[in-house]
Amino acid sequence: MAEEVVLLDFWVSMFGMRVRVALAEKGIKYEYREEDLRNKSDLLLQMNPVHKKIPVLIHNGKPICESLIIVQYIDEVWNDKSPLLPSDPYKRAQARFWADFVDKKVYESGRKLWTTKGEEHGAAKKEFLEILKTLEEELGEKPYFGGETFGFVDVAFVTFYSWFNAFETFGEFSMEAEHPKIIAWAKRCMQKESVAKTLPDQQKVYEFVLGMRKRFLGE
Amino acid sequence: MANTSSTHDVKVLGAWPSPFVIRARIALNIKSVEYEFLAETPGSKSQLLLQSNPVHKKIPVLIHRGKPIAESLVIVQYIDEVWSSGPSILPSDPYDRAIARFWAAYVDDKFFPSLRPIKSAQGEEKAALVKQVNEGLVLLEEAFQKSSKGKAFFGGDRIGYLDVAFGSMLGWLRATEKMGEVKLLDEAKTPGLVQWAESFCADGAVKGLIPDTEKIVEFAKLIAARMKGSGSS
Repeated sequence: MAEEVVLLDFWVSMFGMRVRVALAEKGIKYEYREEDLRNKSDLLLQMNPVHKKIPVLIHNGKPICESLIIVQYIDEVWNDKSPLLPSDPYKRAQARFWADFVDKKVYESGRKLWTTKGEEHGAAKKEFLEILKTLEEELGEKPYFGGETFGFVDVAFVTFYSWFNAFETFGEFSMEAEHPKIIAWAKRCMQKESVAKTLPDQQKVYEFVLGMRKRFLGE
Repeated sequence: MANTSSTHDVKVLGAWPSPFVIRARIALNIKSVEYEFLAETPGSKSQLLLQSNPVHKKIPVLIHRGKPIAESLVIVQYIDEVWSSGPSILPSDPYDRAIARFWAAYVDDKFFPSLRPIKSAQGEEKAALVKQVNEGLVLLEEAFQKSSKGKAFFGGDRIGYLDVAFGSMLGWLRATEKMGEVKLLDEAKTPGLVQWAESFCADGAVKGLIPDTEKIVEFAKLIAARMKGSGSS
């Protein structure tokens, strides 16, 4: 049966990037459709009526929503190569736990770096660095969060690398100085074609966030 | 028939009111796994909890052969994968799995957070929250109709992942109706869910785990009083 795979996405979304990385890892051909989030397509609203958000993967006409759910779906359907989740149940549970941690913590905390000022900003910076410290400790001496091979947690977190320049600039810190292991890990991931070809240029992301910040803070 | 594992092999750190803890216990019951329930004292966290879940310091934590697993939905999936000879909790089809995971995430990210504050909300704020919960229930009713395909549960003939994820909330749902003096699960609007709720609570794996509405109401009052008294949590 001819596979039809469509991805509704937005270039700068670290959540959408996760799906793109997973699709690339598996060598899946798909149609990429860029959404204008200020003018969402009928297709998006139809395929994700509950949240109206990207990414949405449409596989043979059926929608799958929520980036980590999509990545697991991709891993389960295209299970012939590049497994993203480990096979051992305990390791799978750890992978899901840490991907969930990234979801719950990194985005919200990172967002505060460019949407807050003054005292709030100081607290946001502290919180963000704590979160990175926790992730760095979890990584330890492993080449990837998944161990010897690139896996689920790596996919969940590496897409934020494209936002590091923005986080550093608005957060007023140096990622390399604070968390060199994270940088080393991210650069290692960037050696993989699936990651390098997916992640947009950090400068472009920075400019996008700068624009959003101006609008948000009303400058 | 009990699964052959020493009770010491499997421990659940939890507390009876928590819907998240209930999820882990239902999952173990589905697999007929015996376990030791270690109740946390409300208001304090045991050394074991802090050691087993240093990242979030929250219940439930499943400890299997000395190794901890945290986050209720991660725990449920772990239980399903380890005790693979027992009845399946997640659907077998990847698409059905994605749908079940989607709605479980919805319950956690949207439904429960809008339910919780109703009991102490007033006026306009309360009306807005109730509207949100009711809209959520209508969505879940639709999901139920699609997922159950005419059978009793989201999982079909037997309770599955989404039944566990959502059903664990029923105690608090009913308690919120009582405390907030509002009807949420309404036969006129969500008849499927009303029927499902009854079947779910009567299921063998669930019996005794959904606390009495009165007990939860008392517990909620206790927590509210404690928070007012201490000034901060």
